[in-house]
Amino acid sequence: MSSRYDRAITVFSPDGHLFQVEYAQEAVKKGSTAVGVRGNNIVVLGVEKKAVAKLQEDRTVRKIALLDDHVALAFAGLTADARILINRARVECQSHKLTVEDPVTLEYITRYIAQLKQKYTQSNGRRPFGLSALIIGFDYDGTPHLYQTDPSGTYHEWKANAIGRSAKPVREFLEKSYTDEVAGNQEECIKLALKALLEVVQSGAKNVELAVMRDKEPLKMLELEEVEKYIAEIEKEKEEEAEKKKQKK
Amino acid sequence: MKRITATKATTIIKNVRKTSNISAMYHDFGGSSTHLLDDALTSTTNFTVPYGIDPVESLKEFTNPKSDVKIHFDHGTTTLAFKFQHGVIVAVDSRATAGPSIESQTVKKVIEINPYLLGTMAGGAADCAYWERVLARQCRIYELRNKERISVAAASKLLANIVYNYKGMGLSMGTMICGWDKRGPGLYYVDSDGERMSNNIYSVGSGSVYAYGVLDSGYRYDLSVEEAIDLGRRSIYHATHRDAYSGGVVNLYHMKESGWEFISQTDVFDLHYQYKAEKEKK
Repeated sequence: MSSRYDRAITVFSPDGHLFQVEYAQEAVKKGSTAVGVRGNNIVVLGVEKKAVAKLQEDRTVRKIALLDDHVALAFAGLTADARILINRARVECQSHKLTVEDPVTLEYITRYIAQLKQKYTQSNGRRPFGLSALIIGFDYDGTPHLYQTDPSGTYHEWKANAIGRSAKPVREFLEKSYTDEVAGNQEECIKLALKALLEVVQSGAKNVELAVMRDKEPLKMLELEEVEKYIAEIEKEKEEEAEKKKQKK
Repeated sequence: MKRITATKATTIIKNVRKTSNISAMYHDFGGSSTHLLDDALTSTTNFTVPYGIDPVESLKEFTNPKSDVKIHFDHGTTTLAFKFQHGVIVAVDSRATAGPSIESQTVKKVIEINPYLLGTMAGGAADCAYWERVLARQCRIYELRNKERISVAAASKLLANIVYNYKGMGLSMGTMICGWDKRGPGLYYVDSDGERMSNNIYSVGSGSVYAYGVLDSGYRYDLSVEEAIDLGRRSIYHATHRDAYSGGVVNLYHMKESGWEFISQTDVFDLHYQYKAEKEKK
């Protein structure tokens, strides 16, 4: 127990802010965008894939992580911090299965991650985690969920959300476009997530990564061809919309 | 009747040190990551053991018949529980013995953990009563944190994991955790050796051998509620008749979907004459 770790790093400012937490949130805003959409029987995660250097292997950059058979996580922010959180969450999923003989509910694992983040905002010698996470999956009873956590340790459930760079315009787009109709149609949910991402990402299937989960099925990462197919469909729909508008005039 | 087995091992000493050190550990920085979050599921409640004292050795002193100081533990009992189509029947006797002396005929051997979980007591009375109350606390914390009732599987596992930490230190407990959760009626046998099993019928205690005989011959999954209650009562009666360490009254509970219901408390002497009369009528 070295005395060098006695000092608290995250302390209140005179007007009630925890600046370290707010700086962590700034770090999140610099991270690449992640989008999550929850339908009635499907959950979709989409992340912006940063361009890789010529010599870099593409597949080593994975921003969507599997926490358990029925839970997946995408994050925006510090990748190294995310690795630690993901490891802890994976262990907790198994511990829970061992002690309670039931797979974790989405709420439970989100609460665990959020509590972990909060602990680091109140510990000696430590800084907060610099990432926000989008956690998706299905509970044992078949209900889909999408949760978001942020560096302060709060968590909320969402129908659709975006984190990272340009999160605000993406969220506004989602607010406009998310309807119950969309939620009821699996294909529409996937397209919505893709459309939201394409708002801020350079157009092209190479720059996005999409993952889809259905009840009692494993997480499915969409192949490049499938993503291109969806993008083509979206383009077509946009053209048709434009045509209709022209005709009305 | 359960005997305490003594295990001489350095692991016991290590366990003692670990238990007392946990109380000394407050902040977890940089250290073992398993204690970072004090969750009901990932931590266990330990009470501190005096540093440097080996509980097994000191217990041996008191249970050795040749020693000067003698503490007889309350042992000897018959408890049973069985699942059937309408839930779980739990029936227990009420006698506590210390050696050859009957200490009480009015012991409550069913512990009401919460309105939908019951635990039975066999072996050391204090061990059962204390740890099942700790279990009740953990179950309530689980309920508050997760906004839903704890499952019987999870509750029994919590108890089994807690007592496993004290394995070899002289705990004597053979309990059945009974309840009704979203998977239906649940019945688990948990003991201080760390055993945890699920089945349709269990009987625990010195009189269990007699109870099993009657229980096994009369058991069917599709019993009616009255038939099941009668079977439970009869099995305990027969055990108290033959086992010297069981007796007093039969306390009977019925675990339903809406929770447990206390059915009856019947003196075994009354049952004796009742069954005798039934036999003579035939």
